[in-house]
Amino acid sequence: MTVAGLDNDKAAAGAKPDAGGDSRSPARRAFDRFMRNKSAVAGLIIIGLMTVTSIFVPILSPKDIQTVSWEYVLSPPSLETGYWFGTDVNGRDLFVRTFYAGRISLAIGLLATAIAFMIGVIYGSISGYFGGALDSFMMRVCDVLYALPTLFFIIILVTVLGAKNIFIVFMCIGAVEWLTMARIVRGQTLSVKQKEYVEAAKAIGLPTSKILARYIVPNVTSAVIVYVTLLIPVNILIESYLSFLGLGVQEPLTSWGLLISQGSVEMENAPWLLFFPALFLTVTLFAFNFIGDGLRDALDPKDR
Amino acid sequence: MCFMAAKCGAVSSNALFHLKGRDAGRVMLKLIARRLMVAIPTVFIIIVLSFLIIKMAPGGPFDAEAEIDPEILANLERAYYLDRPIWEQFWRYFTNLLQGDFGQSFIFRDRSVADIIIQGFPVSAQIGLWAIFIGAFGGIALGIIAALRKNSFVDYGVMTVAMTGIAVPTFVTAPTMALVFGLYLGLLPISGWGGGALPNMILPIAALALPKIGVIARITRGGMLEVLRANYVRTARSKGLRESIVIWRHTLRAGLTPVVSYLGPAIAGVMTGSVVIEQIFGLPGIGRSFVEGAVNRDYPVVMGITILYATLIIIMNLIVDLSYRLLDPRVEMSK
Repeated sequence: MTVAGLDNDKAAAGAKPDAGGDSRSPARRAFDRFMRNKSAVAGLIIIGLMTVTSIFVPILSPKDIQTVSWEYVLSPPSLETGYWFGTDVNGRDLFVRTFYAGRISLAIGLLATAIAFMIGVIYGSISGYFGGALDSFMMRVCDVLYALPTLFFIIILVTVLGAKNIFIVFMCIGAVEWLTMARIVRGQTLSVKQKEYVEAAKAIGLPTSKILARYIVPNVTSAVIVYVTLLIPVNILIESYLSFLGLGVQEPLTSWGLLISQGSVEMENAPWLLFFPALFLTVTLFAFNFIGDGLRDALDPKDR
Repeated sequence: MCFMAAKCGAVSSNALFHLKGRDAGRVMLKLIARRLMVAIPTVFIIIVLSFLIIKMAPGGPFDAEAEIDPEILANLERAYYLDRPIWEQFWRYFTNLLQGDFGQSFIFRDRSVADIIIQGFPVSAQIGLWAIFIGAFGGIALGIIAALRKNSFVDYGVMTVAMTGIAVPTFVTAPTMALVFGLYLGLLPISGWGGGALPNMILPIAALALPKIGVIARITRGGMLEVLRANYVRTARSKGLRESIVIWRHTLRAGLTPVVSYLGPAIAGVMTGSVVIEQIFGLPGIGRSFVEGAVNRDYPVVMGITILYATLIIIMNLIVDLSYRLLDPRVEMSK
């Protein structure tokens, strides 16, 4: 009992070149194209591993994020001591801390993107569907907000809202990053609302809210999938910038940006404190970008 | 990118290309006027918005560790007109703004916001303009090479470098470069402005330029590939033109339009300073003033820099819009 397109092994094994007279569905073809893109699949595996390890790190490791050992302060990475990534100024295990930081960084990246996605889709589909004066007003609002620099805007929001906790951080990032999403969705909505099935839905007297929820939104979200995937690393990066500047995640919690900021202070004595968090952050950003590029090529193969 | 192409693709007969002399000038003036009619209200709205957002903020600039005598607090608030109704505060701020007075810093009592901007802006602008200049040249060159050798070893190499430039954040590259070139090799100073000495500028500029090279290389490659597929390029080739002429005369102008639209806002972006780069290298630019202002709740500084930045972006977008029409005559003039 496998649904076409969900069975990874079969798809990879059965992948054949795109040719005329291909009987596979468009979704299946896109999926096969994606699975043949080695860097995209590698990205997917890396993100998968990173996520699973980050989620289960409290179970996997006996040491806590705050476990301090005074015998090993600024101890370099070594297999003998059991501190694979070394320790920081307070003798805390960097290996454990890097994965705990990964939890926060990944979570903020995903949640901020989810918020941006929700606002963007709702805003864009309403603007596109109703059109007219409402549409031009809503788009002018977008234009004005576009003129505000993203990082500046987020910094203002974060400081104005005061409390520097994770919730505020991802809400602020999400609240700023939806503009492009709204524009893409609006463009798609303009074409989807001309379709016969929308006409039919109107004809049988479905209320507008239901038309939007059932016919417009599901049909426009596919257009933003690539953008959403590429927004995740952007948001992870923004969170890191904020934490690096001391405006994001605060101790005792930690994120990759915060670890890098602490590492860059100690980089003369303990370069590993900069190296490992930076490596993890970079690999994650790479992986998400590869997945996004792979998705784009898979969904729109004309550039290949 | 595809949205860009769709915009360029809107072929119009009423193009600057076909207009001569005075006509073209008049169309251009009309266009500038129309854009300004949108741009000026936008700036105004941003001023209002940033004013309101900051007024809504909990906690005031005089929230100190120690309790301030209520009478003194009242005097302080009166001195900064904080006891007046909000619309009056805004009007006072706005009319002063029009005269170039951005107000007084709450934290540095002896400095006006205009002073802070005047001192910091040259630093930020110098670093930023150099970075974007290097980024544009490097990126365009790499992008063209990659596009011409599409799907070759060279293409993959360039795109990998570009991807690295984009994916590795500046707050990783900057300390790393400082570590290698400053501490290990001892070639360059790792911090401070040094009155604008060249050695002090190299590392910040390099750190800021790297991601720009990456982004611009990718945009250039995409734009060039799009154009190289165009029918008129095929025509040019089929009538036996040399490849160099096809590239330089036929492809480049249209292929680089997406780069132009990226460069406008990017120039505004780097000119107002990379917040992080200035922090890492201890540069006295306005990016650092902004972060310090945000941390200290120094509202006038934060607002002043935000307004400056937004205005710059809007001006840059205007310039991009106009140069777009010069580069690509198909773009509708009357729109």
